[in-house]
Amino acid sequence: MILSIQYLYWLAGVVLAITAGMILCDRDHPKRWASSVFWGLFAVAFLVGERLPPAAVGAGVLVMAALAGFGGVGIGRYRALAEGARQEAARRLGNRLFLPALAIPLLTVAVALGLKNVHIGSLALLDPANTTFVALGVASLVALALACRTTGDTPLQAMRESRRLTEALGWALVLPQMLAMLGLVFNDAGVGKAVAHLATAYIDMDLRLVAVVVYVLGMALFTIVMGNGFAAFPVMTGGVGVPILVGVYHGNPAVMAAIGMFSGYCGTLLTPMAANYNIVPAALLELPDKYAVIKAQIPTALAMLVVNVLLLYVLM
Amino acid sequence: MQDALNLWPLLGVAAIVVGFALRLNPLLVVALAAIVTGFAAHMPAEALLAAIGAGFIKTRTLPLIILLPLAVIGLLERHGLRDHAQHWISRFRGATAGRLLIGYLFVRETTAALGLTSLGGHPQMVRPLLAPMAEGAAVSRHGTLPAAVRQRLLAFCAATDNIGLFFGEDIFVAFGAIALMHTFLLGAGIDVEPLHIAVWGIPSAISAFVIHSLRLYRLDHYLARHKATAAAPSAQEGAR
Repeated sequence: MILSIQYLYWLAGVVLAITAGMILCDRDHPKRWASSVFWGLFAVAFLVGERLPPAAVGAGVLVMAALAGFGGVGIGRYRALAEGARQEAARRLGNRLFLPALAIPLLTVAVALGLKNVHIGSLALLDPANTTFVALGVASLVALALACRTTGDTPLQAMRESRRLTEALGWALVLPQMLAMLGLVFNDAGVGKAVAHLATAYIDMDLRLVAVVVYVLGMALFTIVMGNGFAAFPVMTGGVGVPILVGVYHGNPAVMAAIGMFSGYCGTLLTPMAANYNIVPAALLELPDKYAVIKAQIPTALAMLVVNVLLLYVLM
Repeated sequence: MQDALNLWPLLGVAAIVVGFALRLNPLLVVALAAIVTGFAAHMPAEALLAAIGAGFIKTRTLPLIILLPLAVIGLLERHGLRDHAQHWISRFRGATAGRLLIGYLFVRETTAALGLTSLGGHPQMVRPLLAPMAEGAAVSRHGTLPAAVRQRLLAFCAATDNIGLFFGEDIFVAFGAIALMHTFLLGAGIDVEPLHIAVWGIPSAISAFVIHSLRLYRLDHYLARHKATAAAPSAQEGAR
């Protein structure tokens, strides 16, 4: 392939290295050294991570966790435009400001769909396993050029803005990856089997409704623990869905699978373990309460769990 | 049963629950949970470090989605993107935060159901466009919002993006989750058409739209109810 995801890792690594360098040069930064080490280590994981021994990366990850855990990651100084100048720019540029912002999602879709099967010679243009990510990378670069042209500002300023938002996100930017890592460690250690054992060994599922409730709530609870419905599905469907809902009660497996996965998604709406959907957005919107997004989702998720129990019971 | 199930790795789950309950830094909690789980499963220290490192490298695509759009969004914000988004929405007389979000929910869910999941998202859509527009619509109707009300409104913007995405993407046949379900059921000796799994998701998807839309409709009433109390904090803000 020509555009492999490796280029995006390098791009992200360079952006993070610039962020770390800018922090290091910022003499007024309240957490100058610890913050630059934190983002520097993150940059290393992107630049050369796959070539380092995994245990060394693991040690680096633990150092990052310790730095973040003991308050070592701070926010530096940022020189914004004066409020008046910003509002004047907004008036002058108007709807032209929307164009680069909308270009990111629209170009991502266009590139992913339009160039998916394009080959140059015998080489695929886009990394076939990571089409959407590569498309997002291309779209971000094109949008950056558009944004520089529209605003008349420089790529250097864009890097300062990237640093500002990266620092505003702080450890939340690393959390999704840490949780995915934990999911893999849980898998290696057999946590899934242990949870399924507990869920199925002690509940009497002689009533059809009880079995439906156990499956729906089990999917949700397991997802709350693992942060990922995809991890819950094999465990709960293997433990309850296939042997009991299909095997004993002769339910329709397509209905069971579809509603089971949606029940898992209800769990996703409820858990800080699904950080990229729940914690990162709270950080991106600079909300003081990091659980505010989850709190807004609780009533919808609980109502949907009730609906899923009813739907599964009736349709199965 | 000779090969007794090892329940000790569940200590890792307990570590997560306790850590989050104590409000420790989540990064630290997750790292500790990984260590606890590894030791409970009798992994040697070096193998555990390697498992942590390998897992971290294998999942590097996750932060890319957040990191890559930041430079563009930041640069546009510097030049007033959010101010313009707020101003732009206030031109529409009928626009309320709730109606805007119901419209967004509809578009997000239907496009995700057609496989166009990257049309939304938190860094590229919610922060720069949706949140300022919802806030703009609310402010032009009700005046400056108290901090708690504003936080709830912005949280609703993020929640709406999530709900639209989750309950839309899973009724798209070519989505990864459908393939996962199909493959797993095949392994269990059950052959189901992926299309059937997608179709049977539709009742839940419609229910999610109706339930969340009702909540968004009530969000407008919530905003209206809290505008009377809005005068006090905004006066304070003026005095600052």
